[in-house]
Amino acid sequence: MRDARQRASIMKSIIMAAALAGAASAALAEEGGAHSQPKPPRQEWSFAGAFGHYENAQLRRGYKVYKEVCASCHSISRLAFRNFAEKGGPEISEAEAKALAESYKIKDGPNDAGDYYERPGRLSDRVPPPFPNEQAARAALNGAYPPDMSVLAKARGYSRGFPLFLADALPGFSYQEHGVDYIVALLTGYVDAPQGVELAPGQYYNLYMPGRRTGMPPPLSDGAVTYDDGTPQTTAQYAKDVSAFLMWAAEPHLEERKSIGLKVVGFLIVLSFLVYFTKRKIWANVHH
Amino acid sequence: MTGHSTYTPKSGFARWLERRLPILGFIHESFVAYPVPKNLNYLWTFGAILSFMLVAQIVTGIVLAMHYTPETTLAFDSIEHIMRDVNWGWALRYAHANGASMFFLAVYIHIFRGMYYGSYKEPREVLWILGVVIFMLMMATGFLGYVLPWGQMSFWAATVITNLFTAIPYVGNTITIWLLGGYSVDNATLNRFFALHYLLPFVIVAIVGLHVWALHVTGQNNPTGVEVKDIKKETVPFTPYATLKDAVGLVVFVGLFAWLTFFVPNYTGHPDNYIEANPLVTPPHIVPEWYFLPFYAILRAIPNKLVGVIALFASILIVAALPWLDTSKVRSGVYRPAFKKFYWVFVFVSVGLGYLGAQPAEGVYLIAARILMAYYFLHFLVVLPLLGKYEQTLPEPRSIAASLGEAATEEKPHA
Repeated sequence: MRDARQRASIMKSIIMAAALAGAASAALAEEGGAHSQPKPPRQEWSFAGAFGHYENAQLRRGYKVYKEVCASCHSISRLAFRNFAEKGGPEISEAEAKALAESYKIKDGPNDAGDYYERPGRLSDRVPPPFPNEQAARAALNGAYPPDMSVLAKARGYSRGFPLFLADALPGFSYQEHGVDYIVALLTGYVDAPQGVELAPGQYYNLYMPGRRTGMPPPLSDGAVTYDDGTPQTTAQYAKDVSAFLMWAAEPHLEERKSIGLKVVGFLIVLSFLVYFTKRKIWANVHH
Repeated sequence: MTGHSTYTPKSGFARWLERRLPILGFIHESFVAYPVPKNLNYLWTFGAILSFMLVAQIVTGIVLAMHYTPETTLAFDSIEHIMRDVNWGWALRYAHANGASMFFLAVYIHIFRGMYYGSYKEPREVLWILGVVIFMLMMATGFLGYVLPWGQMSFWAATVITNLFTAIPYVGNTITIWLLGGYSVDNATLNRFFALHYLLPFVIVAIVGLHVWALHVTGQNNPTGVEVKDIKKETVPFTPYATLKDAVGLVVFVGLFAWLTFFVPNYTGHPDNYIEANPLVTPPHIVPEWYFLPFYAILRAIPNKLVGVIALFASILIVAALPWLDTSKVRSGVYRPAFKKFYWVFVFVSVGLGYLGAQPAEGVYLIAARILMAYYFLHFLVVLPLLGKYEQTLPEPRSIAASLGEAATEEKPHA
């Protein structure tokens, strides 16, 4: 009697679990719904993975694209000129970084007479913004306020959904480059608006922008920036280079982090064996 | 429980101190001679792991506080200053943020271990309730800490959570204004959140002290759920046995922590929190950190705000009532075949609620959240009370020694 009742309750629990699993998978199927953006294509990056490091030349090209294209609207105000000469970055020489800083005019003051003045930049200065304030940007740019690019590569992203998002954390499969991949996709994602989609004046149709409308004109075109190292001067290449530069700007200590991480994890693996065998030796005389 | 040896001070100074403040003897009794059931598995190493995480969070947190500025126009910048300019700042901040995730991962394993082996049952009710208090303090601390970087998710999570208090009838608005220090989340809120985020970990330390004290009075549960009958035969001294076993668990756990911190440090975070807080722009989906997601799903599953808030708090508080809701005489799930199945359904439901907490509260997600939430409460209020009455359990071993197939010993009472 009790057995039958118990078996019935177990059956019920199993049916319940199956129903819940069904509901969950239905929920998953729903996920390619109407509001979804296409997933940005995955790019190859030198800085991905446990052994990742920046390519100096790519960061230098990326800075050139930023300076000649993006910088007219987007600030990158948390980046200092000294960063350009630091290890794990574009790694230009200190003299070159100094010259770079001096090519910018920095607002300073007040001086002893109480006046504000402009002076050439120094290594300790941060890259000055294109507009003095938000209102000035909006007045000049048709009401738009382009975001600061200092941490943009970490402030953008997308979810690969269940179950791939779980793999994103795993050694060997780890995927942390959602943000840079998104930026590449956005920069190369301009297409003509499909029939029936009306764009307001000054709006552009972009597959990867949430809502697919953006006030940013297509910023890149083939040949717009001159590379002097023989790299192809194409939109796709510009997009990749400037995205890599933005990743470095957002995470200037990435190389240091990964190389120290290898040592830390390596040490812990060795230590875990040592501790495990010590534990076994100590427990050897205990029946457990 | 009293154990293998009693402390005898060796040096002259130790003898002098012991007569005046017996602290060395206390440490020896608690962490050296303290008898540990010898059949504990690695799930029992999470107590030590949690102690380590608490200390790690406090140490990294104190150094971070030396560089952080709790002011709305400077907070976000000061975090970036830590990440870029402070020596080892990036390591400290990533270790602290991921440390919170690892702390919660460990506490969830610790709680589910207790649920499986019936560690909450008589005489460990107070120990269990103290654990639930620690968990709630951890949630408060984690929430307060998430607000400090002053990103978009920080700001909007603070807005959503403090808004819950407006659901309290009659005095809700007054209480919320008092909590925020104003009419919306602003500088006064950030300042007090920082103060409280610094305070609560030390309250946790105090309650952990009580938790460990209660543990050392009752002794540890073990996988058989049968109390220790023969201290000499069935236990080993804490040092070196448990110390070394805890060390193995800890090193493996810290390895995982290091992987997260050094290689995928933003995995558990949300990209929107790298956008500075803006009260005028609401993010399309406001989601809390992963460790709050099951409770967030419960909150949103109920259309009425007040009832939703009550369900949210009830879903946590009900765990404290486990010693009285589970009516089974058998402690360990090992000897409860039907309970085992319900236990794993409950684990699935809890994880499922976590998944749904990250999805928009609409359509099929909302329906699934409601079903899972109903089951969550049914597990505590119906399944566990009835199971204890009707379940056919397996025979428990007479003793820990018997469960290990050791020759039966005369059971003699000991002092």
